[in-house]
Amino acid sequence: MKFRKNALACASVLALGAGVAQADPVTVGLITTLSGGGAGLGVDVRDAFELALQMNGSDAIHLVVEDDGQRPENAVQIADRMIQSEGAQILTGIIWSNLAMAVVPAVTAQDVIYVSPNAGPSALAGAGCTPNYFNAAYQNDTMHEAAGQYANTLGYQNAFIMAPNYPAGVDALTGFKRYFQGTLAGEVYTQLGQTDFAAEIAQIRASGADSIFIFEPGGMGISFMRQYAQSGVDLPIISAAFTFSQDVLPAVGDAALGVINTAEWSPDMDNEANVAFVAAFQEAYGRLPSVYAAQSFDTANLILSALAAADISDLDAFRTAMRAADFDSVRGSFRFGNNQHPIQNYYAREVVSVDGVLTNRIVGTAFEDHQDVYAADCAME
Amino acid sequence: MTAALLFEQFLNGLQFGLMLFLMSAGLTLVFGVMGLINLAHGSLFMIGAFFCAAAAGLTGNFWLGLAAGMAAAAAAGALIEVTVMRRLYTRDHLDQVLATFALILILSEGTKILFGPFPLYLDVPPLLTGTVDLGLTPYPLYRLALIVAGIGVALGLWLLIGRTRLGIRIRAGENDREMIAALGVNIRALYTVVFALGAALAGLAGALVGAVQSVQVGMGEPVLILAFVVIVIGGIGSIRGAMVGALLVGVIDTMGRFLLPQVFALFLDPSKASGAGAALASILVYLLMALILVIRPKGLFPVHA
Repeated sequence: MKFRKNALACASVLALGAGVAQADPVTVGLITTLSGGGAGLGVDVRDAFELALQMNGSDAIHLVVEDDGQRPENAVQIADRMIQSEGAQILTGIIWSNLAMAVVPAVTAQDVIYVSPNAGPSALAGAGCTPNYFNAAYQNDTMHEAAGQYANTLGYQNAFIMAPNYPAGVDALTGFKRYFQGTLAGEVYTQLGQTDFAAEIAQIRASGADSIFIFEPGGMGISFMRQYAQSGVDLPIISAAFTFSQDVLPAVGDAALGVINTAEWSPDMDNEANVAFVAAFQEAYGRLPSVYAAQSFDTANLILSALAAADISDLDAFRTAMRAADFDSVRGSFRFGNNQHPIQNYYAREVVSVDGVLTNRIVGTAFEDHQDVYAADCAME
Repeated sequence: MTAALLFEQFLNGLQFGLMLFLMSAGLTLVFGVMGLINLAHGSLFMIGAFFCAAAAGLTGNFWLGLAAGMAAAAAAGALIEVTVMRRLYTRDHLDQVLATFALILILSEGTKILFGPFPLYLDVPPLLTGTVDLGLTPYPLYRLALIVAGIGVALGLWLLIGRTRLGIRIRAGENDREMIAALGVNIRALYTVVFALGAALAGLAGALVGAVQSVQVGMGEPVLILAFVVIVIGGIGSIRGAMVGALLVGVIDTMGRFLLPQVFALFLDPSKASGAGAALASILVYLLMALILVIRPKGLFPVHA
């Protein structure tokens, strides 16, 4: 089988002759979560990536999409298959940090490029950084650092902080505390996948806090906000974008109105690339894009820009082109730091209702040109 | 820590336990009467929540949604019993686990195809929004209503099992299914009814809880695991056992999540205490189950003592 494929490849090369070598499309493998409870995020990543390819009109990329079911072992198998039998030279798409940790080190060791559209575990940003890994989204801590920083701006003195008890949850609270200057009225780890927050809300009620920081992505945040709205406790909430992104807002409902959440992007950002992106996304899919969609859209355009500038068969040249990040980001400014993670602005967004649809709009800036703390541990220059 | 906080946490535990009871009652009936392990019980919980959210979204009326959720779950239950479960009664438990696990996957993806991959919105009915002052502490009215609904359903089940002809047949079916078949009871119809009843209870729980939780694919599985813990603690097949087990699990889980980090905080720094407390709290109900199994291997209220 393999022999036949190679033979075919040889034949087609011969058929092209010695004239101008028509560049074959590069196979990009998109591994993301399209089934189960986390499917909404993966659907946004896939849709935005495909939209970017359509809008660009380029046939430089042959896209292969597969569902990881939010399971690390699936993601690893899919990555192997994409590289070995589909000949994928670039992989992307993974949402979750634990899946990224299972896939990225093995993939990049085979000189396949991995571009992250969402997960940014600290292990890949510091000493574990590698030239074949690019993060086009954010490093996990930074979103929460921005929330901590903006809590200072808002004058919060005594925060109750809460996150699920798993690595990204610990990173979230660590990130928040790194910049928050007030005291903590309470620090609570909830269970991953927890659906009932009555016990935590009772503690918040009794804690004497003046504000709440939460990181409860997906269904956990929806449950918490619904129950919080019914509880009669009325403290301001600050969070990172994950808990209040476009994919969950309709399900949270009006309980989310007024919540401040930090992100590197917002649907109302007024730059040319973003206006075009948001309009095209709404036109194509009939809904507003989430932050995951925005990151995936940037990921696709970043890869397209590098493929236009360099041939991927010359990996060094291709990586240099990737590092240049010469594309119109929907975030406005975008550049890579030494660890190939973004140096970018982080904004405070407020959940508002526009024509009956809940969405976010920017109300302030938390950081300008912010870089993650792990970059200092990365040996790359 | 104040009396008000303890009281509020106790109510929270009670409410959580009663919702677990709605799930466990159906599970334990099906297991007790039919000897069937039904992993797809959590999917029926999910179906109840999705149909409630969809119907409430269309009509703007939560109560219509609630009825739709229960009806959909009961109908799905009856359909599953007739098409799949019937073939499994004579097979061993491993076959049942395999088949009902397949049902979880099918129902989850089916729900996603029908309702889309994003969580649905379901709000508390206007009648039950806000809080009531219980003297010590304000408490959400909706949670209070859940407590009342849970107690009401428990009483109804108790009457149904203890005082009606159907209840007599169900109890007889638990004790000796060949004998009641020989006495002329249509055992196939009885099984379908029991299964649909269990499914309707799961659907009711899903719809009720859906108003304060995320209505999303896979929402039933975490509850299913706890429901299994409940029926093992209570004694498989026993409704009374399910009630006691559910309240134990609900109160102990809630209190553990709240008290353990504070206990650890006495000798650890707050951040570590919080992590360690949360970790131990998450296994507390399983420790309880292990402990009860050591003392009473057949659960607290064994049906076949």
